[in-house]
Amino acid sequence: MHLNLTKFLLAKTMRLVLLVAGVATLSFVLVSHSPIDPVDAYVGAAIMKISPEQRQVIIARWGLDRPPLTRFARWAAQLARGDLGVSTIFNEPVTSVIAKRFVTSLWLMALAWSFSGLLGFVLGLIAGAREDSPADRLIRLYAYTMAATPTFWVGMMLLMIFSVYLGWTPVCSAWPPGLSIEQATLGQRLHHLLLPAVTLSLIGVAQITLHTRQKTVEAMHSDYAIFARAQGESTVGIVCRQVLRNVALPALTLQFASLGELFGGAVLAEQVFSYPGLGRATVEAGIRGDVPLLLGIVLFSTVFVFTGNTLADLLYQVVDPRMREGQGGTA
Amino acid sequence: MTARLFFPSQWDRRTRTLAAIGICLVFFAVIFIAAWLYGDQGQVTALKLRKLPPSWERPFGTDWLGRDMLARTLKGIRISLGVGLTAATCSACIALLLGLAAALLGRTVDRLVTWLADAAMATPHLVLLILLSFACGGGAKGVIIAVAASHWPALTRIIRAEVLQLRSADYVKLAPQLGKGPYWIARRHLLPHVAPQFLVGLLLLFPHAILHAAGLTFLGFGMPPHMPAIGVLLAESMRYLSMGLWWLAVAPGFILIVSVLAFDVLGNNVRALLDPKTLRE
Repeated sequence: MHLNLTKFLLAKTMRLVLLVAGVATLSFVLVSHSPIDPVDAYVGAAIMKISPEQRQVIIARWGLDRPPLTRFARWAAQLARGDLGVSTIFNEPVTSVIAKRFVTSLWLMALAWSFSGLLGFVLGLIAGAREDSPADRLIRLYAYTMAATPTFWVGMMLLMIFSVYLGWTPVCSAWPPGLSIEQATLGQRLHHLLLPAVTLSLIGVAQITLHTRQKTVEAMHSDYAIFARAQGESTVGIVCRQVLRNVALPALTLQFASLGELFGGAVLAEQVFSYPGLGRATVEAGIRGDVPLLLGIVLFSTVFVFTGNTLADLLYQVVDPRMREGQGGTA
Repeated sequence: MTARLFFPSQWDRRTRTLAAIGICLVFFAVIFIAAWLYGDQGQVTALKLRKLPPSWERPFGTDWLGRDMLARTLKGIRISLGVGLTAATCSACIALLLGLAAALLGRTVDRLVTWLADAAMATPHLVLLILLSFACGGGAKGVIIAVAASHWPALTRIIRAEVLQLRSADYVKLAPQLGKGPYWIARRHLLPHVAPQFLVGLLLLFPHAILHAAGLTFLGFGMPPHMPAIGVLLAESMRYLSMGLWWLAVAPGFILIVSVLAFDVLGNNVRALLDPKTLRE
């Protein structure tokens, strides 16, 4: 088991290194072909105010006067040392921008991820256990509608109802204005986090609900469930004792594999609520032409999604007794 | 699937499926015809009629320049659907070519395509869209290219698997010995299996493509303000939310959701119609 785990992790790390190298090369090629001039995008409206000399200074400082291949070689060498360069809009190392922003986003994503996972799982179980009942129809209608709803629209609706009309929640940002992040209390931060997290959860529930429902329906029609019913077990009993264990694994896998969707949803939700996380940094980097930051976020989010998938694989091995036995048999 | 939610249960499955497809097609026809009839009326400003809430004469209200929101929404959804459909069609064609190439052109090509698909799916979809749109320089062209270049992996895998499976089927292996040429085999044995997969894959790409195009536009990477797609309308309405102009956001978003749902229903029902296994249920 121990040896297997080491082997598994080594193989995964190799794959990750290859993947990051590939994604890095492809994204660099893409970005260097962009018609957007980074200096123009950086300077923005003040473009008329800078002289050609100042322009040259910026270009030389960013190394844009060198040919793309030289730039790629330098960037790749830096990347191998774990240095992603300096963000042009924040004027600090990309790694520290990403680290800071990611911690802020992590609160949001973790809250939304666990909430949508739990709620979606329970809804899926209810819908699947009582196939074609009014509850099932209602839950399915909700899940299908949410799957077709843009995240940012849900955010806007919630913002309008709870922040503008009812005034229960703050309109934007992650902590009260005028305070720094360290001064904000946990309660204040959760208060600011509430609406974005609910937005992400409402949308995130759809996939996991539909998936769990499908698996539950299958399990309810299985031989062991029918046998349990023949022995006089109630529906609730079947769900709790037979179905739950069989459905939990695929749901867990799906939830870990959905980190990419979660990240994308966070980008949109953070934009609506002006929540200063990694998602907003992505949008700013794209709009203001911050190439080092954009590339850094692409690579970071790739690693993030890969970690989710690897965790799903690992969990499968740890949680599923059948997988463990299979491994014991071969070793 | 979804057809069972709405239609009387005494209808058989085939009737329900056809009814659902019909309703979706009528819905799209109404949107396109109405957008055509309204024409450029959504650009007419009437400063006396500013910020009117929805009423019987103007069911969607008017915006801060007195433009009729119903006309703007119809025009916007037409642009959004157009962009989404173009992008999804391009994406499906890419998927078809890559899938066929991977299955037919040997191991090296197969590995390359599989690796490309893995790499494209390794980055969160929205981040990939932002990167691609940045690489294309933004604008409507940027959105179409970004959506087209990021949605092909799933369908590519389906088509590749289908063709690989067909190639190893006995009746396909036997065909050359019966004197059939490769063109005949492709037309009579491969096409009937791949074409429905392609069509359904294309239809089911539409909802994703439309939603992602709208999201990208909302973030500011997409259409310029003079091309008022739904994403642009919603991004603009953000500024007026705190002033209480709720109708600017509610109605366009609602129309967008209904359109996406309609494409989803259409795709799933066409799949049910084309797949004899699900029809017999």
